[in-house]
Amino acid sequence: MTPKTPAQGPVLRLSGITKRFGNLTANDGISLSLARGEVVALLGENGAGKTTLMNILFGHYTADEGTVQVMGRDLPPGQPGAALKAGVGMVHQHFTLAGNLTVLDNVLLGTRPLLSLSSGRAEARARLAQLARDFGLAVDPDARVATLSVGERQRVEILKALYRDARVLILDEPTAVLTPQEADALFETLRKMTAQGLSVIFISHKLHEVMAISSRVLVLRHGKLVGEVATTDTDRHQLATMMVGAEITTPAPAKARPGAPLLTLEQVSTARHGERPGLTAVDLELCAGQITGLAGVSGNGQGALADLISGLETPTGGRILLAGEPVADWTPRAALDGRIGRIPEDRHKTGTIADFTLTENAVLESYATTATRGWMNWRDARTSTETIIDKYDVRCPGPDTRIRLLSGGNMQKLILGRVLEAAPRIILANQPVRGLDIGAVTYVQEQLIAARDAGAAILLISEDLDEILTLSDSIRVISGGRLSPAFPRGSKTPAELGQWMAGQGFNHAA
Amino acid sequence: MRLEPIAAPGPMRRIGLPALALAATVVVACALSALAGANPARTLGLMITGAFGSKFALLETLNRATPLIFTGLAIAVAFKAKLWNIGAEAQLYAGALLTVLIGTQLGLPGPLAIPLMALGAIAAGALVLLGPALLKTRLGVDEVVTTLLLNFVMALFISYLLEGPLKDPMGMGWPKSPSIPRDARLPRIVDGLRLHWGFALALLCAAGVWVIQTRTTLGYEIRATGQNPEAARFAGIPVTRVIVKTALLSGGLAALAGFSEVAGLEGNLTTDLSASFGYTGIVVAMLALLHPLGVVVSALFVAGIFVGADSMSRAAEVPTYIADILLATALLFMVLAILLTKFRVVRG
Repeated sequence: MTPKTPAQGPVLRLSGITKRFGNLTANDGISLSLARGEVVALLGENGAGKTTLMNILFGHYTADEGTVQVMGRDLPPGQPGAALKAGVGMVHQHFTLAGNLTVLDNVLLGTRPLLSLSSGRAEARARLAQLARDFGLAVDPDARVATLSVGERQRVEILKALYRDARVLILDEPTAVLTPQEADALFETLRKMTAQGLSVIFISHKLHEVMAISSRVLVLRHGKLVGEVATTDTDRHQLATMMVGAEITTPAPAKARPGAPLLTLEQVSTARHGERPGLTAVDLELCAGQITGLAGVSGNGQGALADLISGLETPTGGRILLAGEPVADWTPRAALDGRIGRIPEDRHKTGTIADFTLTENAVLESYATTATRGWMNWRDARTSTETIIDKYDVRCPGPDTRIRLLSGGNMQKLILGRVLEAAPRIILANQPVRGLDIGAVTYVQEQLIAARDAGAAILLISEDLDEILTLSDSIRVISGGRLSPAFPRGSKTPAELGQWMAGQGFNHAA
Repeated sequence: MRLEPIAAPGPMRRIGLPALALAATVVVACALSALAGANPARTLGLMITGAFGSKFALLETLNRATPLIFTGLAIAVAFKAKLWNIGAEAQLYAGALLTVLIGTQLGLPGPLAIPLMALGAIAAGALVLLGPALLKTRLGVDEVVTTLLLNFVMALFISYLLEGPLKDPMGMGWPKSPSIPRDARLPRIVDGLRLHWGFALALLCAAGVWVIQTRTTLGYEIRATGQNPEAARFAGIPVTRVIVKTALLSGGLAALAGFSEVAGLEGNLTTDLSASFGYTGIVVAMLALLHPLGVVVSALFVAGIFVGADSMSRAAEVPTYIADILLATALLFMVLAILLTKFRVVRG
């Protein structure tokens, strides 16, 4: 391979990158090149090897084979910071900002020697303002980051990279935390950047965004590059098929026949925890045979509502009614006894115990009811776990395997089996498909629809508006701990919901 | 150099590494005795025969292991729930105190006094750990600090009692309590051999703890709470109540060490009843990887080192401090071995 001069050659080139972890080949001979002023989308399911590839680029891992070139020059392997110095910036899914510092301080952090006398803040401020103007990234330089919205924080992250003269910007799932309107604004910024000769790698699994913003798409599957197409030559369906390796179908639920309300919240409020908002006088009715979708930008009270319905949180005001009967002591046990099945948001932290076996995890919520006078009933526990493994297609060596060895999708299937086998009347599904393969996504969604058709009342919480629109019979939007009125299926466009997600409309409704 | 987690460690790692840790301890022992001017092979031989080589030596080791099994179990139970009980020493003395009080003050006949002393001891030890457990669950006070400091409070309290109200009038001025009557002592397992029923009780407790942990809902709750309190709470396990129950169990077990030492061996209470059994129990539990049956093995190992070193130092000119060093070395190597069963070291 002959190195080309940076002026015409690619600004970034990964050649034949291979990385193995034991028996697993996370990256298998992946080559990628990025031209000046180009947006390349990196598409792939969780575990396809996107993150590993980026970690190699940034020197967190050393590749077993292959080289990384920035502006035509080889990067030394295994040196974090080399890529940054060479002009590659990254905006992570989880921001790396100091909440107690101002925007300006966050941007300046680490850009200059610790012991310099002149601060040069005036110049820095001017330069930051210039960058913000050039790229449409309006944000107050003196605001403390803790007071900013998620969208604004993302802008600060991008400014941080631009301030360090990044010529290549890598965005990891940047729209996961944005309203549709904010996502549009981000795309506008990206277009301005490429017009000025910057290059972007856009990591995502949202196909419509990939179609909207990228000029080329690279698809990763099981660590291999399985496809590279110009965006204009492809469509969503083809990309999805490449990503999964098989034809996929999205579930299309039949019309719901809602029954009586099974869970009712009347003017319920909960306490605020640090930066997490509580609920403010929320009314909610979950009816039998209906999926209620909760749309909203993350961090707007979804956590509080999920914790409330799970029994972890007790209301500071208002009432909870189960099938019309007000509840007294509200605990996780009471919620389970009220036949509320809960699929938690974080299957690693709250859904399972990593070093417990599948059996021990499967009976986590039911052990007390199957025990006799304090003695565990392990034989029944094992049998019921085997049932779940069979019925929900949990791929695992057996019921005595530690659950930490399972993939996220199989872990989620076990949780789903644990919830559904208890025949719940109400199901709280909090981000039930986040991080799953498309195959597993379809499976989980179909199971939820089947539970609905069997008469369960389901609350689906998701940050993916497409998922909400597909599955929900009725949609509520949460913003700042308040709930919008119920919108029946098909009555609102994504843009209209986006306005509610941004907090507009609540005052008229109130 | 970095550590990379290993998903499923093979048998080579799980068994080979602890064995290697033991071997490394032996190497250190040899080096130390050579440093002290003795023949390493002879020192080692003397230690082993001194601990296990004769009936007398073996019984001495079993006697020494008895309180360590109790305190080791107490620590293992508590640590399993991530309740960091560093106060087994205080709980041991609380148990010993109640044993002496019931044994000397009530004048009950033996068959009635012995079970009552045991129950009293358990209650006292449980009570001593209940305070720190409640402070932890209600107010978030760090139990490492409270349990550790209670050891000193208890030591001073016992010292006060032995110099004052509980001082033996026939004790020639020594700070010791009156002795409990002969018929209220734990009988020997075999007549003529210096091994009392406290040892059998310790084995029974180890088996009992094992059954609790693997077969009962309480054991399941304790393990769940220890490994992931957030998931446990979400699943409806009353985490706070589980921690309090664990504390009662742990404190009671530690107190039985005091009961067994007083009723089985010494007959009275002195300020040096415990040779740091409460602290050594932490080493015992860690070496056993918190497994209740492993506690028995590791207590025998630790007791063997102490008894063997005592006997060896009489014959060879190597100080008994070698026992403390060996114990520390064994623990450090074992901790390292445990780490390396879970992680592998990679370059770069």
